Amino acid sequence: MTNLADGPAVAGEALPTGEPTNISRRRFLLASAGVAAGALVLGFGLPVGRARAQGAAKAAAPGTRVPAFLEIRPDNTIRLQSPFMEGGQGIFTAMAQIVGEELDADPATFVVENAPPGHDYIVMSNGMRITGGSMSVRMSYPTMRRLGALARRMLLQAAAERLAVPVGQLTTEPGKVVHAASGRSISYGELAPHALDMPVPDPDSVKLRDPSQFRWIGKPVERLDVHAKSTGKAVYAIDVRVEGMLQAAVQHAPRLGLTVGAIRNEGQVKAMKGVHSVHRLPGAVAVVAERWWDARRAVEAIQVDWREPGQDSTLRYMPADFSTDAFRERLANEPGSGDDAETAGDVASALKGAHTVVGATYHSQYLNHAQLEPPSALARFNADGTLELWMPNQAPEMFLADVAKRTGLDPARITLHSPLLGGFFGRHFIYDTAMVYPQAVQLAKEVGRPVKVIWSREEEFLRDVLRPMAVVRFRGGLDAQGMPVALEAVSATEGPTEGISNKRGEKLDDSALEGLTGKAYAIPNRRIAQLYVKTPAMLGYWRSVGNSMNDFLYETFLDELADKGGQDPYELRLRLLQGNERLTHLLRAVAELSGGWKRGPFTAEDGTRRARGIAMASPFGTQAAVIAEVSIENGQVRVHDVWEAIDPGSIVNPAIIEAQVNGAVALGLSQVLLEETVYKKGMPAARNYDMYPILTPDRMARVHVRIIESGAKMGGIGEPPLPAVPPAVANAVSRLTGQRIRGMPLSRYDFKA
Amino acid sequence: MELQINGKTYEVQADADTPLLWVIRDELGLTGTKYGCGLAQCGACSVLIDGAVVRSCVMPVDGAAGRKITTIEAIEADDIGKRVVAAWVRHQVPQCGYCQSGQVMAATALLKQKPHPTDQDIAAAMVNLCRCGTYNAIKAAVHDLAGGGADQAAAAGAAGNAPQHPAGKAAAAGALALAVLGTPGHAPARQGGEG
Repeated sequence: MTNLADGPAVAGEALPTGEPTNISRRRFLLASAGVAAGALVLGFGLPVGRARAQGAAKAAAPGTRVPAFLEIRPDNTIRLQSPFMEGGQGIFTAMAQIVGEELDADPATFVVENAPPGHDYIVMSNGMRITGGSMSVRMSYPTMRRLGALARRMLLQAAAERLAVPVGQLTTEPGKVVHAASGRSISYGELAPHALDMPVPDPDSVKLRDPSQFRWIGKPVERLDVHAKSTGKAVYAIDVRVEGMLQAAVQHAPRLGLTVGAIRNEGQVKAMKGVHSVHRLPGAVAVVAERWWDARRAVEAIQVDWREPGQDSTLRYMPADFSTDAFRERLANEPGSGDDAETAGDVASALKGAHTVVGATYHSQYLNHAQLEPPSALARFNADGTLELWMPNQAPEMFLADVAKRTGLDPARITLHSPLLGGFFGRHFIYDTAMVYPQAVQLAKEVGRPVKVIWSREEEFLRDVLRPMAVVRFRGGLDAQGMPVALEAVSATEGPTEGISNKRGEKLDDSALEGLTGKAYAIPNRRIAQLYVKTPAMLGYWRSVGNSMNDFLYETFLDELADKGGQDPYELRLRLLQGNERLTHLLRAVAELSGGWKRGPFTAEDGTRRARGIAMASPFGTQAAVIAEVSIENGQVRVHDVWEAIDPGSIVNPAIIEAQVNGAVALGLSQVLLEETVYKKGMPAARNYDMYPILTPDRMARVHVRIIESGAKMGGIGEPPLPAVPPAVANAVSRLTGQRIRGMPLSRYDFKA
Repeated sequence: MELQINGKTYEVQADADTPLLWVIRDELGLTGTKYGCGLAQCGACSVLIDGAVVRSCVMPVDGAAGRKITTIEAIEADDIGKRVVAAWVRHQVPQCGYCQSGQVMAATALLKQKPHPTDQDIAAAMVNLCRCGTYNAIKAAVHDLAGGGADQAAAAGAAGNAPQHPAGKAAAAGALALAVLGTPGHAPARQGGEG
C-alpha cells in the first residue's frame, strides 16, 4: 500500500501547494490556518505577514521590526526567527534566552527557526549576517535584547488600551501583562493580535534590564531542541521532501578541473532500474531517479572519459601528480622570507645578539570537515517561474546572492530555506566547487520537476574544502637566563580566504596567520610572516580557522624554547604574561582546576607513566588555557584528562558553553591524534570514515571546564575552546616521550613509553 | 515484500538488495534514521531488529523481512527507549543531533540486552561516531541509565537478563548486521562497530 508519497512522514494533503511535507513550517502553516486570527503575525511564513511587514517600515534598522522576528500564538508559545543557523552550537536556545529575558517570556516557551534571507536579519554589529567566526551572540547581543524589549513594549501598549489604564500602571510577568492595582492580567497570546497593529516603538525608547536582574541569561537553561533531536524529529536538508520530487546522485571528476568527455555506457545506465535520466554537469555526471539508492547505484556504474581542462580554463586544477607529502616538502623548502603580518622590535638584531638561537620547522595537515550530514540540496521551480531551494548554509543572504548570480533570477523570485545543519564546522559557506545546490538547480530545470541531490559520503570527501596545511619555520632567541627575547615565524601556506577567492588579496589573509599573530606573550622582538604558496587543493574554513593549526604550531615551539632555556613551560608562560591580569588569572585557573601544575612524567595510580602539557590561545575574542594529561598505550597517545579554563568575558548559557568546550576538545583531539587528508596522485586517499578516522568514543578524554567571566568584551564560544587543545596534548607527549612533536597528527609517530 | 516497522506492516517495492536504510527513508518516508557513511562506519543509520541494533545502511532489505523493525520514530513507544530519551534530555546530549537517532537506538539495544551494563559493556556498545563530540554526555546518560554504574551492576549480576529479547535472537540479528553489502567502487565495510 505504500508508495513514494505515502510515507508516515507525509503530513497529508491539506495544502496542495507542494510545501515540503516534513518541515516544521508546514506544521506551523497548518496550525496557523486554524488560528490565523489569533496570532501576532510575523513577517515570514505567511504571505499576509510578509506583505504587511514589507509595507510597514522599509527603512527600519535590522533587528528592530518586531513582526519580522516574533509570532506569539494564542497558547502563549512564541515563534522566533533566528538570524543564526542552528547546527549544534545551541544558538536557538541562546537567542530564546536573550530575547525572552527582555520580552519577559520563559525561553522554554519559544519555538525557534532559521530566518530566511532578509534585511531585518542582518543584525550583526559588523553589518553582516553569517553563522561563523563564533560571532552570533557577541555581535547581536544588544540588538536581540532590544528586540525583546520592543516586543514587550508593544504588548504593554496593547494591554493599556485593552484595560483602559495608563501604560505606566502595567508591568509584566513571564508571558503576561499585569495590572497590579486591579489584580488583572492578560496573557501575551491573548494580546498578540492587537499588539500586531501597534507601531514598533522607537528603538532608543526602551530600557534594557539590569544584568543583576537576569532570570535566564547566564543560566544553564535547557536546550530547546534536545527532545526533537533525541527522537528523530529534527529535520535536516537531507530529510526534506516536496511533492513530485525526484532524487539525484552524482559522480564527480576524480580530479578538480576535469570535464565530462564521453559517457561510454550511457545506454546501459539509462536502462538500469529506477533511472529517470542521465545528465552532464560541470565536472560531474548525475543520475536522476525516484529513489536515491537507484540513482546512486546507477551513477557509480557510469564510465566517463574525463577530459583535461583546456588552456583557457579558469578552474583551479588538481594535477595528476599532486601529493600532500611532496607538497609539505615543497612548503618546507620554499625560498623566501615572506611578507610581514606582525612585527615588534628588531628580530634580526635580537637573534644576532641572543645567547641561544633555536631554529625548527613545524607543520600542520589538511583536514576534512567530516560533518555527519552529507551535503544535499533540493531545488524546485514553481509554476510562476520562482525558484525555491532547501539547503544547508551558514549565510542565507550570501547564498541568495550567489543563487541570483548563477541563475540570473531576480533575488525576489528566489526563496531560500535553511533547515537545521547536521554539523557544519565551516563546511557550509560559499565554496565554488563544494556546493550541491547549483547541481540541483540545473537538474530541476532539465527534468522539469523538483530535484534533491545528495552527495554520497564518498563524493563529499572528494569535493569537501580543506583546512589549509602550513609549514612554519621558527627561530627563537633566548637570553642568558633562558628567557625568549626574539621569535620569528614564517608560515609557508595559503590561507582559506585566499584559497576561496583563488587569488591573493591586497592585504595578507588574516585567516592564514591568526594564532601565530595576536599572541599575548611579551616577547620584545617578533616577526610573523606569510610565505604565500598556492595549493591546488580547495581550501575552506574549519572550526577555529587559522587558530585551529597556528596555536598548535606556536605553542609547541614555545615549549621547545622553554626546554632549551631550561624553563618550566607553565612558569615561562606566567613570566611572559606578567602584568596581563586577565591571562595570568586564566593560566592560574586552569592549573588550579587540574589540581595544581604538575608536568611529570609521573606514575599514575594505575601504574601508567603520564605527563601533562599546557597551552593557551586567544581566538575569536575569547581567552582559553588548556592542560592535558597523556600516556602511551600500544605505541599511541591516550589522552586521559583535559582541563580547560575559558574566559569569553561574559556569557549567556554555561551549560551550552560546557557542551561546546567538550565538542571542541573532541575535535581538537581528533585533529592532533588522528586526522589528516592525504592526497596521492591527485586523489584523496580517503573517501569515507574507514580511511579518514575521526575521534571515536574510546579516545575521548574526560573534560573539566572552568568558565571565567572577567567582564571583558564578550567573545565567541563555538570555536575558541579548540585551538589550545592540540598543543597541550603535543606538549605533554613531548615531555613524556622525550621526542619533540613538531607536526600533526600524532598517529604518524610510533611511541615507546 | 512485507516489512514490519514500528508495529505496522508495509508492502515495499524495493529490490531485495536495497539497503534497509533507503527503504525506510525514501520509500516509507521515515527520515529520523540517518544516512551518514553507507559503510557501517558511523552508526547514524542504526535501527533495532528484533531488539538488537543493526546498521541499516549495509543491511539488505530482504534480510529484515518478517522481522520486527523499530526505528527512532517509535522509540518512545518502547519502555526502555522512553527511558533512554528521557536520559538524553536530562543530560542534554545532542548538539547538531544528526547522529543522535543512532546513538539512542544503540543505547536502547544495549539496555534491552543488559539492563545494568558494566563500563566495558557500555564502551563496547556505544561506538557510534559523533562529530560534535557529545561522547562524554552520551556516556554520562548511559551510565545514569545503567543504574549505579558498573560496580553495582556487576554485584547484582544483572547483566544479560533482558526479558523481552532472548539472547539467541539478539545474537542472530547482530550477526546479520555484519552482512556487508558491497558498495560499488569502494572497500567493503570493516567489521566491528556493530553495537
